[in-house]
Amino acid sequence: MTNAPSQDELVEMFRRMVIVRRLEEKLGDLHKQGRTRGPIHRCDGQEAAGIGATAVLGTDDVATSTHRGHAHYIGKGLDLRRVVAEIFGRATGYCRGRAGHMLIADRATGMLGGNAIVGGGMPIAVGQALALKAQGRGRVVATFFGDGAAQTGVCHESMNMAALWKLPLVFFCEHNQYGLTVHARFQSSIEDLHRRAAGYGMPGVAVDGNDVVAVYRAMREAVARARDGGGPTFIEAKTYRMTGFSTSDMGGYQSGEEMEAWRPKDPIARTRALLERDLGAERTAALAAEAGEMVERAFEQALSDPMPGIEDLADGEYGAGEYGADDYGSAA
Amino acid sequence: MRRLRYAEALNEALREEMRADPSVVLYGEDIGIYGGVFKVTRALQEEFGAERVVDTPISEQTMTGMGVGAAMMGLRPVIEIMYADFLPLCLDALANQASILHFVWAGQVSVPMVLRTQGGGGAGAGAQHSKSLEAMVSHIPGLKVVSPVFPADAKGLLKAAIRDPNPVVFLEHKLLYNTTGEVPEGDHTVEIGKAAVVREGSDVTLVANSRMVLEALKAADTLAGSGISCEVVDLRSLRPLDTATIVASVKKTSRAVVVNEGWRFGGFGAEVAAQISEAAFEYLDAPVARIGTHDLPIPYSEPLEAAVVPSAASIVEAVRAWG
Repeated sequence: MTNAPSQDELVEMFRRMVIVRRLEEKLGDLHKQGRTRGPIHRCDGQEAAGIGATAVLGTDDVATSTHRGHAHYIGKGLDLRRVVAEIFGRATGYCRGRAGHMLIADRATGMLGGNAIVGGGMPIAVGQALALKAQGRGRVVATFFGDGAAQTGVCHESMNMAALWKLPLVFFCEHNQYGLTVHARFQSSIEDLHRRAAGYGMPGVAVDGNDVVAVYRAMREAVARARDGGGPTFIEAKTYRMTGFSTSDMGGYQSGEEMEAWRPKDPIARTRALLERDLGAERTAALAAEAGEMVERAFEQALSDPMPGIEDLADGEYGAGEYGADDYGSAA
Repeated sequence: MRRLRYAEALNEALREEMRADPSVVLYGEDIGIYGGVFKVTRALQEEFGAERVVDTPISEQTMTGMGVGAAMMGLRPVIEIMYADFLPLCLDALANQASILHFVWAGQVSVPMVLRTQGGGGAGAGAQHSKSLEAMVSHIPGLKVVSPVFPADAKGLLKAAIRDPNPVVFLEHKLLYNTTGEVPEGDHTVEIGKAAVVREGSDVTLVANSRMVLEALKAADTLAGSGISCEVVDLRSLRPLDTATIVASVKKTSRAVVVNEGWRFGGFGAEVAAQISEAAFEYLDAPVARIGTHDLPIPYSEPLEAAVVPSAASIVEAVRAWG
């Protein structure tokens, strides 16, 4: 099978998907206890898309994420404890508590970064890709967005410019069927958003977004094309959001039949079945248990971390150009 | 010293910075072979190539966001937005991205981009090509905003803006491009955040920016004929604002007229008036007077446009109203 992940890679993707699921379940529990702050956007059911796609990126490749970015954060290699710390506004978080869960960035792993404006990351990704192309080191950018963002004007502008200039960029659309509470059929006259790519002169492919191997393979092909100067690709990962838009969502618009139809397609269960075949049930269960324990430890540590002191605000609104251009992806 | 047109001074600043620093790149509409609608980028693509002087599609939103992304990866993009009236299209990238990322990401990135644009009335360009939206961009923490009136400051501030690690909105005026002034050769920079007293006086302080500085200077000439001595403060930078220079002048004269081409209601002049009131209230002999464009869309027809945009005559009138 071309571009297939190795067994080690599959194990790692499984582990990361479980981490994201446990992370979000835990956030859901703490939200019910009134211990979270602001809305939390979960990606239950969509983990294979974010994890499969980021698995192909190197540390010095760049990703822009969305308001629903936990899988991208974990997939890009961010430290779980510091992610949780940021979600809980701690001084030890990736952004010292200034960002919250929707806007996490980490220059060392090239996560640049979360974005809570729907479609907001796409123009930034175009600029990042222009800069990386100018550097000529074969680095690529992946920009993650949903079917909701696909309806924005900047999506059109960004796809046009990226194709026009053959930028090293992958447009990765997580089509989870809902833009907030409104189904995609009320937002676009076509169901297959990847068909739009043809109009920009770039390859567009659809992939089962709940199959981590299929996502990995499609992304690997797109990233190779981008690295080789072949320009952008549009990948549409068909998936489904099993939880609400955010913790503030009152529900009532996703039908029971629709959710039941997607439940058997759960990406973690499917990957678990694959691994059980190769590794056996016991080893696979141990992997999942280990991942769950990691999440527990990360929460314990992060929740005992200090809150920032208000003296942190003394930096003021402007920067002094603390960083040079070339230390992105320094974790590589 | 040699004299240059305002547009030539900007062109020289771009050329010098591009020669000195290969990370400086230009993005904009019609800036390549054509050299820009106002000829600020004349012959730059010829010298630096289409990779560094990039003609973009008519996509202001993405052009601005693209500047943010390129800047955080180490380039120093200078974006030309043809008319300030198109700034609302750029506002997400300015207000939600460029201005916040250094702070919100706790210093992990810098966004050293410059967004050049030009505004202002007086050219018969109509309601969608004549606005002065400095208040809109000056409201946003994390951005710097400058609006030079003289060619020397245009050159010096543009060079400083390009070297600044923060996003800078650089406001030009369509009626200034053909004005001339002495411009130092070579590496002339002007510090962002510093106003200049461009005429000394003792009776009234006229605080202005961009083209309104020229109107204030004309008004000062007229008023001198009636024995009223005006001091004219050219703000040059709007954010950060040089409150100290304004206040020092008002403490001397005890009267202030703030002249700004944006709409009067919620305009930049209101901020300046508030700063003066907070810092020098007990020195004032009269309330701060505020002159701006009438709160209407800018009309096309010449007498109508002339009636809504501030001028030397409206400044003279405001000063004489004190009696």
